[in-house]
Amino acid sequence: MHTKSISQLAHSLRAREFSSVELTQHFLQRIKRHQDLNAYITVTEELALAQAKAADARLAAGDAPVLTGLPIAQKDIFCTLGVKTSCGSKMLDNFIAPYNAAVVEKLNAAGAVLLGKLNMDEFAMGSSNETSYYGVVKNPWDTSAVPGGSSGGSAAAVAARLAVCATGTDTGGSIRQPAAFCGITGLKPTYGRVSRYGMIAYASSLDQGGPMARSAEDAAILLQTMAGFDEKDSTSVDQPVPDYSAGLDKPLAGLKVGLPKEFFGEGLSADVAQVLLAAIDEYRKLGAQVTDISMPNLKLAIPAYYVIAPAECSANLSRFDGVRFGYRCENPADLTDLYTRSRGEAFGKEVKRRILMGTYALSAGYYDAYYIKAQKVRRLISEDFKKALAEVDVIMGPVTPTTAFGIGEKIGDPISMYLADIYTIAINLAGVPAMSVPVGFSNGKPVGLQIIGHHFAEDRLLNVAHQYQQVTDWHQQAPDI
Amino acid sequence: MSLTADDVNKIAHLARLGIDDQDMGSYTKDLSGMLELMARMGELDTSGVEPMAHPLDQVQRLRPDVVTETNQRDHFQAIAPKVEDGLYLVPKVIE
Repeated sequence: MHTKSISQLAHSLRAREFSSVELTQHFLQRIKRHQDLNAYITVTEELALAQAKAADARLAAGDAPVLTGLPIAQKDIFCTLGVKTSCGSKMLDNFIAPYNAAVVEKLNAAGAVLLGKLNMDEFAMGSSNETSYYGVVKNPWDTSAVPGGSSGGSAAAVAARLAVCATGTDTGGSIRQPAAFCGITGLKPTYGRVSRYGMIAYASSLDQGGPMARSAEDAAILLQTMAGFDEKDSTSVDQPVPDYSAGLDKPLAGLKVGLPKEFFGEGLSADVAQVLLAAIDEYRKLGAQVTDISMPNLKLAIPAYYVIAPAECSANLSRFDGVRFGYRCENPADLTDLYTRSRGEAFGKEVKRRILMGTYALSAGYYDAYYIKAQKVRRLISEDFKKALAEVDVIMGPVTPTTAFGIGEKIGDPISMYLADIYTIAINLAGVPAMSVPVGFSNGKPVGLQIIGHHFAEDRLLNVAHQYQQVTDWHQQAPDI
Repeated sequence: MSLTADDVNKIAHLARLGIDDQDMGSYTKDLSGMLELMARMGELDTSGVEPMAHPLDQVQRLRPDVVTETNQRDHFQAIAPKVEDGLYLVPKVIE
């Protein structure tokens, strides 16, 4: 049952081959059997079975949406009413969310069954899932390797078939990089496409939720439910949501693909490059016209990001003060001690590093030199994308410089971890949508191809990924566990 | 540019963030490394470039000034560390 696609499962449920309760029990058993992967922080067994029962009734009555009865999982950054929502932090270890995120509401309304909440880097700050208060997630392809981050639990759960599909969020690569490391299909939509309401904020001008699935076809179905205007999110964009599944079959003949030379130079490991070039050849066979392009300002994406994201993080995380919810230290001497110790005791090292960096960048005397400068660089990077996308339909390149690195390999050197986000970060600064699609392996570990498009061209990206997945089977390969 | 432990202490105070003394050395080193990384932005001439705050250059959407939320005080205070008579309790601020 766990190997079927969303549309196959939807068909099986309607043909009464098995019920949603049976399907849910099957996934719950798989989650228990593979607990050592540490993909889940919370398993909502009781809730899942109740939702499955309701889904079976809805299916029997007819007129059920496609996701009805399908067991999915949420990154633990999305607030779920009555369920612990930790964001991977000791700060929220005791936090039972008092409301549902918009994405959770939408998936509930669509009849999806919530299996549980997925592990992640603390407050989505990290690229390896090693900063989680709940411990590192293991990559199901190689349990000595990281799954990537911050949506590491989501990627591992989808790859190990511990959920039909999952939600993720992406501020600097947090959907695409773990999708690449775990060999699944992940899409970071255009900024503003998916509501951020109830999605715990890290860097508000960059954060975006999106689908993590086994194929572009599944991702299209999940995005269809997640996307759309929400007046509760002040940065939500009021644009019509196209039918993502309807556009999948469009042939790629004449598709213009740009390869930025900055993406294929120094820093990209030779084995990854080889796999990517083979995938691009496959696109040529599908009729794509591939041209070299240049985006000269991409190299400054990392410095700009590590000003803007920490600056926004330091402001967003000031709400965790030990007063209204979350962790509070024992016996505070006074109010300042309460703030300082609650935050000092409950935030992990990476979160503290970014709060400090952001506080510094925003402090008097440094604001222009760092924050304003970074916002100007951001505009130049964004213009690089505009220019490139005026010439080509999609940009292709690597997601990561290497395949999944080892657990413990980089955590001691934060700067080298930041530098590995070189291919994903600029996309968030420009707010454009981008996907990671599995296109092969190197030494048994998956390689992802990044496909980047125009604002609101998610339908085109899904179409480009889906056509590749019609002639290859990398996305169907599963780890042997 | 590099920071000193004193600088980091000052920043930590601004952020009301407790830092263990034993970690001060590594924060000082990491933050100095980050600043070095950021200095690379200086390579780029950005004079005359408008700072970009929103990826779609959208302005803040406004809504009519009417009450849309219902009072959920008890519900929200159920998860608070310490409350009494509907109020959040903190250590005494004024003697």
